[in-house]
Amino acid sequence: MRHTISILVENKFGVLARIAGLFSARGYNIISLSVSETLDPSISYLTMVVDTRDEKVLEQVKKQLNKLIDVITVTDFTKKDYIDRELMMIKVSCTAGDKAALESLAKKWGAGVTHCRGNTAIVEIVGDQEKLKKTLEEAKRFNIKELVRAGKIAMATGDLTPKSKTA
Amino acid sequence: MKMKGADILIECLKRENIGVIFGYPGGSVLPIFDSLYDAGLKFVLTRHEQAAAHAADGYARATGRPGVCLATSGPGATNLTTGLATAYMDSIPVVAITGQVKTSLIGNDAFQEADVTGITRSITKHNYLVKDVKDLALIIREAFWIASTGRPGPVLVDIPVDVQQQECEFVWPEQVCIRSYRPTLFGHPGQVKKAAKMISSARRPLIYAGGGVITSGAHNELRELAEKINAPVTWTLMGIGGFPATHKLSLGMLGMHGTAYANHAIMESDLIIAVGARFDDRVTGRIDVFAPSAKIIHIDIDPASISKNVKVDIPMVGDARNVLGQLLEELKSCPDTGEWLKTLDGWKKKYPMVYKESGRIKPQYVIEQIDAASKGKALISTEVGQNQMWAAQWYKYDYPRTFISSGGLGTMGFGFPAAMGVKVAYPERIVFDIAGDGSIQMNIQELATCVSNKINVKIAILNNGYLGMVRQWQELFYKRRYSHTALLNPDFVKLAKSYGAEGIRVTKKEEVRPAIEKAIEIDNVVMIDFRIEPEENVFPMVPAGEAINRMIGGMA
Ligand SMILES: Cc1ncc(C[n+]2csc(CCOP(=O)(O)OP(=O)(O)O)c2C)c(N)n1
Ligand SMILES: [Mg+2]
Repeated sequence: MRHTISILVENKFGVLARIAGLFSARGYNIISLSVSETLDPSISYLTMVVDTRDEKVLEQVKKQLNKLIDVITVTDFTKKDYIDRELMMIKVSCTAGDKAALESLAKKWGAGVTHCRGNTAIVEIVGDQEKLKKTLEEAKRFNIKELVRAGKIAMATGDLTPKSKTA
Repeated sequence: MKMKGADILIECLKRENIGVIFGYPGGSVLPIFDSLYDAGLKFVLTRHEQAAAHAADGYARATGRPGVCLATSGPGATNLTTGLATAYMDSIPVVAITGQVKTSLIGNDAFQEADVTGITRSITKHNYLVKDVKDLALIIREAFWIASTGRPGPVLVDIPVDVQQQECEFVWPEQVCIRSYRPTLFGHPGQVKKAAKMISSARRPLIYAGGGVITSGAHNELRELAEKINAPVTWTLMGIGGFPATHKLSLGMLGMHGTAYANHAIMESDLIIAVGARFDDRVTGRIDVFAPSAKIIHIDIDPASISKNVKVDIPMVGDARNVLGQLLEELKSCPDTGEWLKTLDGWKKKYPMVYKESGRIKPQYVIEQIDAASKGKALISTEVGQNQMWAAQWYKYDYPRTFISSGGLGTMGFGFPAAMGVKVAYPERIVFDIAGDGSIQMNIQELATCVSNKINVKIAILNNGYLGMVRQWQELFYKRRYSHTALLNPDFVKLAKSYGAEGIRVTKKEEVRPAIEKAIEIDNVVMIDFRIEPEENVFPMVPAGEAINRMIGGMA
């Protein structure tokens, strides 16, 4: 099962290696990862998606993540209400004739067509996985030359915010 | 006042009240060694950095206070790693200081460069690379704090040589506050209540004590609990000394080489009270048939240790001593364990710990005689293998921090340098390293350290001419095909003498006791070469992967 996990960490060098190490030591693949600063620049927010066949192992990894000195909190969004977003950029070849079709497709998906240059255009789309999947399917009509996706980011709905370690 | 990085380090170590540094010099720590020259800090020059790490570890195990070791960059630091991993596995507070190449050269494959924080990431509780001298004092303070609180462990601080030379204003951080590190110290009151209730209604309770009892200093509370609820106590290798072995409720060590009655007890019990233990596979045996009718209360400071190997009914995260205190307060009524204790007495009679005499020296006898000659007051360290198990089984440890052994990692070569650390901490005590002829050769160079610093450790080599524990497995599970386990050994007596130590060879049973007494008397490092029965086995034994009450050998 896929788990979306968010981790608040001290914004220091080496922290990512410590976190990645816990997964790689068990032969776990990290499916997606996104790291950024928070409002407080001394704290970074990390969102990762991992796949596990053994929930017990993941439970153990989460406890060990929590044990890392630089980790402030670990939240597993699975079984919680949350929204998640991904960003995707697609570079397609786009002749003058295709342009209208591309723009109408973009409009349908709330995407933006940017950087038309010569015979290529870049389309950027933000959405959840499902939306990106569908968009990508439709975009295949055009000749896709490159695809880049950012790691997923997630946020719990309602009042829930990551709490720091218990005193 | 402006100070150089190296001086700041030394000043911090003094303020942390460390007793001694074990270390070895090199290019990247020259500024630190220069500061050490007239710092008035006790420094012991080992003959190998691995030994420095083990000695710091031994010092920490014996005293409960962080041990400190120091090594240069590259090979110096990589030589520390086995020691760090050993300390990490057994949750021992060690602070390791390593030199690093100049900041501007890091990542350039500079001479004697190694990515030490990278290499040690998974074998330390935490580590630091100091990139600015202004951070140094706080980092050292944090290193000691992290090493010695919560579930203790080794912390490494890597200091580039230019940072050691740079100057800055020295500010001693009075307090450490790490927002992302706040160990839970007390058990959840609701859980404590539930646990107390569960204990009251148990009929076959068993206390299973691990290293956490030693770490937290919970031995008095543990004893109080056991006596109050009249429950038998068994312990792991790491828990040795947490409960008096000579107490009437004691069952001895459990697990692969535990007593038969302890293993039967845990399998038949209806309530296991695990205190600072982690249900290691050497203790549980085949996990799916482990203690089928037992409920489990698990006290541990590390949430990651709970429900890792077995499902726990009442987890209590907290410091063992605190939680036991809470539990004692909460306990209203105590279970009636009369029947249970009678059953256990029966098992003790039916499956006693015994060994067969023969014409040759029995290792078990040697240990018993060390116990007797030292009146049970020696501090014992061990190597790894049969020697370690015999030392665990046949010496009666009544006090915490008297059995110093590499449990989690099982590091051959640990015992002797660890004994050095113990002896430096307690120069007046008798300190024995119970060694194997294989293991002792892994750090034998430390004879020089001991002799030159008058660290008068006594080494009892149980010389069987084999890598005995491996040979035992080959005998039992590989059709006696002794593949590369026989040893051609040096003359240990001559070897000891060449270092300036004393050497004694013992080939007959009647020489055993006098040799031990002589060794204790001699005011020098003494190595005793006990020529023991070569193919003696450690029994009882539970084959790997078997249920823990399926023992072979001995009388069981
Ligand atoms: C550094 C290291 N290498 C290998 C082993 C595997 N090992 C465990 S016990 C043992 C034999 C130890 O021989 P010796 O020190 O003579 O002790 P004995 O079992 O004979 O008492 C070996 C090789 C180990 N534990 N540590
Ligand atoms: Mg041997």
